[in-house]
Amino acid sequence: MSSIQWQFPRALEDEAIYILRETAAQFERPAILFSGGKDSITLVRLAQKAFYPGKIPFPLLHVDTGHNFPETIEFRDWLVESLGLELIVRNVQDSINQGKAKEETGKYASRNALQTVTLLDAIEELKFDACIGGARRDEEKARAKERIFSVRDEFGQWNAKMQRPELFDMLNGKINIGENVRVFPISNWTELDVWNYIREEELAIPSIYFSHEREIIERDGMYWPFSPYLNTTEEEVPFRSKVRFRTVGDMTCTAAVLSEADKLEDIIEEILAAKISERGARIDDKRSEAAMEKRKQAGYF
Amino acid sequence: MDVLRITTSGSVDDGKSTLIGRLLYDTKSITQDKMEALQAASKRKGLDFTDLSLLTDGLIAEREQGITIDVAHIYFSTPNRKYIIADTPGHFEYTRNMVTGASTAQVSLILIDARKGIVEQTYRHFFIACMLRIPHLVVCINKMDLVEYDEARYNQIVEDFQQLLPGSLYEGKEVKCIPISSLYGENVVTRTEKISWYKGLPLLEFLEEIQFDRNDRNHPARFPIQYVIRPKTEQFHDFRGFAGKIASGSFSVGDTIVSLPNEQKSKIKSIEKFGEQLQDAHAGESVVITLEDEIDISRGNLLVKEGQSQPEGLREVKAQICWMDQNKLTPGKTYLLQHGPTRIKSKVQQITSVTEVTTNRIEEKTEMGLNDIGRIVLKTAQPVFADKYGTNPANGTFILVDEFSNATVAVGFIE
Repeated sequence: MSSIQWQFPRALEDEAIYILRETAAQFERPAILFSGGKDSITLVRLAQKAFYPGKIPFPLLHVDTGHNFPETIEFRDWLVESLGLELIVRNVQDSINQGKAKEETGKYASRNALQTVTLLDAIEELKFDACIGGARRDEEKARAKERIFSVRDEFGQWNAKMQRPELFDMLNGKINIGENVRVFPISNWTELDVWNYIREEELAIPSIYFSHEREIIERDGMYWPFSPYLNTTEEEVPFRSKVRFRTVGDMTCTAAVLSEADKLEDIIEEILAAKISERGARIDDKRSEAAMEKRKQAGYF
Repeated sequence: MDVLRITTSGSVDDGKSTLIGRLLYDTKSITQDKMEALQAASKRKGLDFTDLSLLTDGLIAEREQGITIDVAHIYFSTPNRKYIIADTPGHFEYTRNMVTGASTAQVSLILIDARKGIVEQTYRHFFIACMLRIPHLVVCINKMDLVEYDEARYNQIVEDFQQLLPGSLYEGKEVKCIPISSLYGENVVTRTEKISWYKGLPLLEFLEEIQFDRNDRNHPARFPIQYVIRPKTEQFHDFRGFAGKIASGSFSVGDTIVSLPNEQKSKIKSIEKFGEQLQDAHAGESVVITLEDEIDISRGNLLVKEGQSQPEGLREVKAQICWMDQNKLTPGKTYLLQHGPTRIKSKVQQITSVTEVTTNRIEEKTEMGLNDIGRIVLKTAQPVFADKYGTNPANGTFILVDEFSNATVAVGFIE
C-alpha cells in the first residue's frame, strides 16, 4: 500500500485555531516562538486565521543563536514587515557575554543547547506566561508524549510523569506565578501535513528549503553546510553541491540533503519517497537515544 | 481527507505496541533511519527479531522498564484517510491515561491475547469504551501464532466477549472481532493463508471502511464563545465577531440564536473564516460569528438555536467521573469545574457510588482516589449550561481543576 497523501485534513486547522484562541483567552502574555522554519511559519498563518480581522494578539519571540542561515533572518524580517507583526529578538551571544552560557568546543560545537538559557531569560524578562511552539508529536518519541498545554516550572523544566491529562478538547492553562506553559497547536500534524498546508495556503518559506548550490562538507555520512561557525578538521574539505534543507535550525546542527527539488510539489514527492525521517537530519538529536527528553527536562522547547 | 482517531488498549504483554509498530511498518510509515535504530535497539536487548514495540515507548523510564507509561500519539496515513492512534498503557494503575486516550476516539481497539482470553483488563477497557460511548469497537484476538491459528480457540474467545454485550451500549451493534498475529503481521494489513478460516477483512481494511458520520452534527446546535474579536481598525471599525469551535449541530446565516446565560436573542448576520463568508457551519469547525444586534456576549457564553432543545442551567450536577489525581477527592472542598470555556467554583456534595470496573459491581464507598470511577453530585456557584453526555456528548463533559495545585483532577460525564 502506498502512503501517498496529497490533501491537507482541514480538521487539523480547526483544532489548531481553537488552541490558539484558548491560549489568547487563558493567558495574559503569550508569545509565538519563531525560528523562521516552516513549522513556525505555519503557526503565524494559523494565528492570522484565528483572530482575523483582528491582529495577532501576541508578539513573535526569536531566540537568535547568531548561527542562523542568513536566508532565514532575511525571511523573518520580510514576514514581520509584510504582516505588520511585533518581533522580539534575544541573542544567545548576550547570554554568553553575561557568563550564563558557555560556548561548546570541538568539531561538534553547537549553540543549540545554549538557546534554552536565552529562552528562559527572555520568558522571565518579558513575563511571558505562554510560549507557542511549532513542535509536532510525529517528530520524535519524547514529543509524542507531550501535551498541547505543557506546563513548565520556574526553571522551565518538563516533568514527563506529572503531566496534566488532556481530555476531549478541554485545555487547562491554569498556572501559578513563575510557571509557564508551552503551547503546541500543531501537535497532531505530521511533516507531510505541514507541507500540504503550505502548498494549499500558498505560504512563502525561506529559500533554503528549495534546491540551491552551496558549499558543504561530508561528516558522519551527512552533509553539513560549510560556514564560519562550523569547526572543521583538515580532512574536511568543502565542496559545492545542489542541496536543500528539510528542517531549518542552526547552520551547525542542520544537515542538508542532496536534492534537485525546487518546487513544493517536488519537495512533497521527495518526502514521500524519503528513507530518512525529518529529525534524522538534526545533528542535535543524534547525541543519545533520549536526547530530546533530556533537553526538554532542562527547559528546551 | 478525514481523520480517524483510534484508541488502543490491552494488558501488559499482549502485543499492543507491536501491533501499532506493525501498522506503521506495513503502511510504510517508518523511515529507514527509524527502522535501523529499532534494529539496533532490539539487538542490544538480545532479541533475534526487530521489536516493533520499541517504536512507541518513548520515555527513558519506559524503555528501562519495558512498559508504556503515558499516552503516546502515533500517526499514519493511507491514501484514504489520516489515522491518529492514542496508545494508552495497559497497567491497571494508569486507568486515567486510558480514559484520556479514549476521550477523542471514534474507534476503540481492544486487544486480547489468544492464549489468555478475556482477562481483568478486558473488562476495564470495555467499561471505559461504554462510559465514553465510543462509536466503534474492534476486538483483535492477537498472538494467534501461539495457539496454532486454532479456529476453535478464537471462536471461544469471541463467544466469551459477546457475553459482555447484553445490557451495554453495544448491545445489538456490530462489534468486529479479528484474529491476528501482530508479530508476523498476519491479518493486520495483509491477509494470511494461516487463518484462511477467517473470511472477514484484515484490521486496516476494516478501519479504512469504517463510516463515522459525525453524530455531533445531528445534535442540537451549541457554540461556546472562546474569544471576542474587535479589531477597532478603520476598515473594521464596528466589527464585533464571536470566535469559537462549533461543539455540536449546525448554524446558518439568518438563524435566530439565544445567548446563555443571559437569554438574549439575535440573528446570525455572518459566519466567517479568515474573511471567507460561509452560509452555514457545522460541528468541529472553528469560525467567527457576527450578530444583527449588539448584545452583551463574552467568553463563556453559549449560543444555541431558538426552537431547539436548550440546556437548562444546572446548579446541581450529577455525573459519572474518573478521578485522576494522586490526592483523594475531598468532599466539601472547592474545585473549579471547567466546562467548555467556563470555569465555575463547585463542591462535591456526595459520592453516590464507586464502580468496580472489572466486575461492573457498584460499591457504596465514601471516598474516591486515583483511577476510581464513580458517581457524584456537585453543587456549583453558577449555573452550568451543559447537556447530558448520553444525549449530546460534545456539550456533556467537564473537568475538575484543583484550586491550589491547578492539576486536572477529574473528568466528568453529566447524567
